[in-house]
Amino acid sequence: MRSHAKRLIAAAWVIFLFSVPLWMTDLYVLHVLITTGIFIIAAISLNLLLGFTGQLSLGHVAFFGIGAYVSALVSLGFEFHVAPDTLVAFAAKPAWVALLCGILVAGLCGWLIGRVSFRVRGAYFVIVSISFAEVVRLVALNWVELTQGPMALNNIPPLTLGVSDVYAVTFLRKPAYYYLVLVVAIVAYVIVRRIFFSRAGRAMIALRENEPLAASVGVDVTKYLVVATVVSASIAGIAGVLYAHYVRIVDPDVFLFIYTVIMVIMVVTGGKGTLAGPVVGGLIFGALPEILRAIEIPPETQWIAYGLLMIAIVYFLPEGIVPALASWWQGRRDRHGAPAQDART
Amino acid sequence: MDQFLQHGVNAVMLGGTYALLGIGLTLIFGIMRVVNFTHGELYAFGAYMMYMLVMALHANFFVALVLAVLLGIALGAALEFLLLRRLRGADIDTTMLVMIGAWIALQNAEQLLWSGVAKSIDSPFPAAPLVIGPVSVSWIRVFVLAVALGLIAGTHLLINRTKLGKAMRATFQDRETAALMGVQIGTIYTATFALGSGLAAAAGALLGPVFVAYPTMGDLAAAKAFAIVILGGLGNVVGATIGGFILAIVEELGAGYVSSGYRDAMGFLLIILILLFRPTGLFARKERIG
Amino acid sequence: MTTVQATVLSVEGLSVRFGGLAAIDGMSFVVREGEVLSLIGPNGAGKTTAFNAITGYLRPAAGDIVYRGRRLNGLKAHEIAALGLVRTFQKTSVFGGRSVLDNVLIGLHMRSSQRPLAIILGLPSVVREEKELEAAARDVLRFVGLERRAGERGHALAYGEQRLLEVAIALAADPKLLLLDEPVSGMNPAEKAGFMRMLAAIRAKGITVLLVEHDMRTVMGISDRVVVLNQGRIIADGTPAAVQGDADVIRAYLGERYRRAHG
Repeated sequence: MRSHAKRLIAAAWVIFLFSVPLWMTDLYVLHVLITTGIFIIAAISLNLLLGFTGQLSLGHVAFFGIGAYVSALVSLGFEFHVAPDTLVAFAAKPAWVALLCGILVAGLCGWLIGRVSFRVRGAYFVIVSISFAEVVRLVALNWVELTQGPMALNNIPPLTLGVSDVYAVTFLRKPAYYYLVLVVAIVAYVIVRRIFFSRAGRAMIALRENEPLAASVGVDVTKYLVVATVVSASIAGIAGVLYAHYVRIVDPDVFLFIYTVIMVIMVVTGGKGTLAGPVVGGLIFGALPEILRAIEIPPETQWIAYGLLMIAIVYFLPEGIVPALASWWQGRRDRHGAPAQDART
Repeated sequence: MDQFLQHGVNAVMLGGTYALLGIGLTLIFGIMRVVNFTHGELYAFGAYMMYMLVMALHANFFVALVLAVLLGIALGAALEFLLLRRLRGADIDTTMLVMIGAWIALQNAEQLLWSGVAKSIDSPFPAAPLVIGPVSVSWIRVFVLAVALGLIAGTHLLINRTKLGKAMRATFQDRETAALMGVQIGTIYTATFALGSGLAAAAGALLGPVFVAYPTMGDLAAAKAFAIVILGGLGNVVGATIGGFILAIVEELGAGYVSSGYRDAMGFLLIILILLFRPTGLFARKERIG
Repeated sequence: MTTVQATVLSVEGLSVRFGGLAAIDGMSFVVREGEVLSLIGPNGAGKTTAFNAITGYLRPAAGDIVYRGRRLNGLKAHEIAALGLVRTFQKTSVFGGRSVLDNVLIGLHMRSSQRPLAIILGLPSVVREEKELEAAARDVLRFVGLERRAGERGHALAYGEQRLLEVAIALAADPKLLLLDEPVSGMNPAEKAGFMRMLAAIRAKGITVLLVEHDMRTVMGISDRVVVLNQGRIIADGTPAAVQGDADVIRAYLGERYRRAHG
């Protein structure tokens, strides 16, 4: 497809998405869109790791949850004992500080994991990443003094962003939050897209495709694995921050492996390594639970359906939905004698 | 000191079943290079089969045990045949995703069939524990250890003394050469997956009556199995055996002397530490060359 | 003939062990500026192992590898590439899932200097550089003769074309010393001849070439010097004519029957 047509379609989509709260009065639908949007941001971040560099990171929910917890703790203020008599106290900070902290700490954890992942590859990395997420979950569950454990962090203040009290916007109501999530999602998408079409993105994909060859032309393997993980973790972290200040309660269940699985399903069925893949996957698996719930299918059956769907996609559309659609579209054009596609559209 | 002995005894009891889990997974992971996410579900399956056979169908406990293991072997073979066979040449992501899909489907099927309420399974053993000096041990746990040790011994014999075991070891060392030497790789894979799954089901069938059966019990079991595999080294059956006992000891002591909440974290921490510092496991044997 | 040129690469006492087996034992040779040096020997002689050791894919047990005064031992593969030493691989090695153009763009990795922050911010300098890179990539494709295939996936190319793509990727990385590992294996005679012409053009650009081959006839025409390897050791080192007549070489490599037939 020519780039102009593509740009027009993209612009039309964006305008449409921005218009939604103006005509969608059903708050429940907005709620679903918001949570789906948050998941899409997380899926976009996972795609950078899983799809681009091919790192089998199944602990991704850890970055999401860390972003959520850090932001919640910073905006609520916290204290804990380092030693029986030594108390560390941190007063509550404004929301934008909390947001930055959430992203920074998540990114830092990404940096650590990135450095580790170079030493531990393939299937072993899968296990390390899962273990990391589980350890974080168990810490959140057991370090009650800091995290309230299973009692959860409550009453997280909503995000208020602005210059001073006068020009501040508080994201409390659903329409406002929808816009916030939409903007962040678009920014995340654009960031990943820019990386994709740059030397950094090519280097990351080269690592997945043929690492020795990549090294032979000067690609620093460790550096790009770390860059990918840091960016990926930071974006996941911001998704977590958005989540924490939306539902305004955070408990250790946010680290459950099942959420990583949902993200993986979104990325893989959408098409890992593509730009639109996580968005498509996110929309499908954000909407699907609601549709199934509407026709009153019990959650267990839903999950069985997801499991079978995953297997089916792997068998029949191994590249995912977006590449399958792209080849189908290309096949139609070839049959109808359209001119050969420009390599760089 | 008494506490320590008691913990030690508990650890040994648990270690046997952990070893079963670990051996099963190290065979599958080692020989087939599949990240087997369904391993935990086979464990749960074993426990649920015991529940069905003993509580619903009122079968004899020991007969039920044998049946549960056989059913586990059958399920493993079926999974391999239906799901993995077609993916023989595929990359590791693909098989991993299929295994995740199967895991989700299986676990939720269990939830659907038996609900989330934990199920307890009666055993014919007396409830009163056997007391030896400062240590008390329940009869059923002694039985569990005995059976576990028996199965471990049986597996060792299978791997080291039979033709099948030899073929499995050959496939593990060098698949291409083994195939050239006439080993039917496909059959070996099915057999390995079935055997590994059977061992997991056995562990579940043994521990189900000791604790309870609930749908997510497999998740923790799987995590521990992976820890044991990494501790002992991929494909290393002896390593997995010892690793199972080591994990149980570390857990028991950790739970007893550090904090019981972090008990389950022990396995994960072990995984992370070992993979960072000694990726080939504590008992590194010869690895594949090339 | 040319006068004695400066030494570009010097390999001294290189030894590589696999377990207890010495794959390479005390190998020493030099590569001079601007020449085409061929490393030949029967299969298993250690040629690719030598490449791997020189370019940082293997750690040698002993020996010194010095490139333009810089010791290469212990450097990582990508650091060695940054110094101007670029290698190809014995088994076809391209980025199969990417387009041919993307393959070469990845090869141009070191030519670009985009910083991650600039990329994320989408600065105009990045956009400009991307255009320059694309033009440069097409130039390289034109040089190897693949410009019409720019949009195809790497794995969709015919075998001979994939081997050309490998060279294109290596050339994109701006090598001063190009190490080609059996670049014509599997090619038909026409493809081989075309490749040799391209090799002459590469050499004309001033790039020093170290070539690994096991077909002696192929390299005789193009090489300035030949080093013969057998069982991890060098058994001959000289001009093609001298090496062809060397008794050790003939015996070890070409076999008794050749010696009797031509001797």
